[in-house]
Amino acid sequence: MNQRLVHGSVVGARHVVPLRLAAFALAWVLPLQSAGAAQAVQKPCGVVTVAAASDLIYAMNEIAANFEKSTGCALRVTTGSSGNFHSQIENGAPFDVFFSADIAYPKKLETDGLAAAGSTYLYAVGKIVLWVRADSRLDVGKGLAVLRNSSVKKIAIANPQHAPYGRAAEEALRAAGIYDAVKDRLVLGENISQAAQFAESGNADAGILALSLVRSPVLKDKGRSWPIPEKLYQPIQQGAVVLLAARNLQGAQAFLDYIKTPAVAALLERYGFALPAKEKT
Amino acid sequence: MNWEAIALSLKLAMCVAAILLIAGMPIAYWVTFSRWRWKFLIEAIVALPLVLPPTVLGYYILVGLGPRNFPGKLWQSWFGHTLPFTFGGLLVASVLYSLPFAVQPFSAGFETVDRGLIEAAWTLGASRLLTFFRVILPLSAAGAITGVVLSFAHTIGEFGVVLMVGGNIPGVTRTVSIDIYDQAQAGNYDAANSTALALLLFSFLILSIIYGINRRALSLWRKS
Repeated sequence: MNQRLVHGSVVGARHVVPLRLAAFALAWVLPLQSAGAAQAVQKPCGVVTVAAASDLIYAMNEIAANFEKSTGCALRVTTGSSGNFHSQIENGAPFDVFFSADIAYPKKLETDGLAAAGSTYLYAVGKIVLWVRADSRLDVGKGLAVLRNSSVKKIAIANPQHAPYGRAAEEALRAAGIYDAVKDRLVLGENISQAAQFAESGNADAGILALSLVRSPVLKDKGRSWPIPEKLYQPIQQGAVVLLAARNLQGAQAFLDYIKTPAVAALLERYGFALPAKEKT
Repeated sequence: MNWEAIALSLKLAMCVAAILLIAGMPIAYWVTFSRWRWKFLIEAIVALPLVLPPTVLGYYILVGLGPRNFPGKLWQSWFGHTLPFTFGGLLVASVLYSLPFAVQPFSAGFETVDRGLIEAAWTLGASRLLTFFRVILPLSAAGAITGVVLSFAHTIGEFGVVLMVGGNIPGVTRTVSIDIYDQAQAGNYDAANSTALALLLFSFLILSIIYGINRRALSLWRKS
């Protein structure tokens, strides 16, 4: 999981430091911290805590920076697998907004009374691609069948058990009729960005990754990809929801409203997401 | 309950404990009896896994030993594959990660042995190897048992490194800790709970048995 802390201070105290020194250090740090807190309160909406599916890891950084600039709010973004966040939120994780890669999770939170009924917003539809590193000899233009090649020893996908992109990858492999041929060569990333990292580091020979990650500055020039036909898998409908237990309900709502603006829609499109909301209007 | 994962974790832990028993003894012996002035550097290296988060080791195995770097290329040319996503990879990671849990108790055990007895054995003509097996090891059996048990237990409990370099392959790298994590993430609390509970009871049982034996070994040693 990656944390991006906008307002945060790290206090490191070695336990070997004599007590007097520690007390001295504390006397310094404490007023500073409370000053920081006071500053945050003055801002229009304080700190908004966001749990985001890992396919958003790069897009969300950009969105967060823009949002902070235009509103003065601070965003604290944690990325991970949607299923994991769902479990954590059910067990009281202190998030304000949840961006899931699978709209079923926020909908489940609605049914369980953790989010307002009918409040889930379909912000994007994700796509998967077959990806190999630039130095790979595989011809991805041939599509998923290229994975049958015996030189492909490991194929990275996200864990289908709790990562929506993993489920889509497995579905596509089954629909293409090669799942049984490759299932022993699958390595499962804890979330889609770990799967991307397995492929990017060369430890896996190929990966079925989120288009949004492949288009990110980090992966853009590092490999070749082939778009997996959308008829091979259920659309990866992504939903965002404000949690009823949000500590900063107002800020959370402001952020979700911001997500609906055309600027964000354009940004998401640039990352390869399809925008159902835009098509409707 | 996922028996495949439990069996895999047991296999991994047993291999790690066996390797560390064999490889850890000479290291511990050297650390205990060497008078080299820079010995503390080696001691620091052995103790590193106590301090480092598992992600550091995981990162180096994944990237440093990955196919894009020289050590990884060398490994690949010898074994035909890279370390991540294999049982061998988990084994290498676990041995490194549990090293201090074996070496430090071994060494602590050796230190309790009376130098006079060791030197007496030498003056009576016993070789260093014979002295080790007939004098030092029997007198420090408690330390040896503790080291083996701790490295076994620590491997069963390993999670971070496996999550980073394992790739979650059933029967190969999906250890019991990963299985519990997956079940919990997927919201299958019943499955997570049954495996977690089994692991909890098993760990308690095996530690109790071995600490019991250890205590008897200690008391025997005190009587003699």
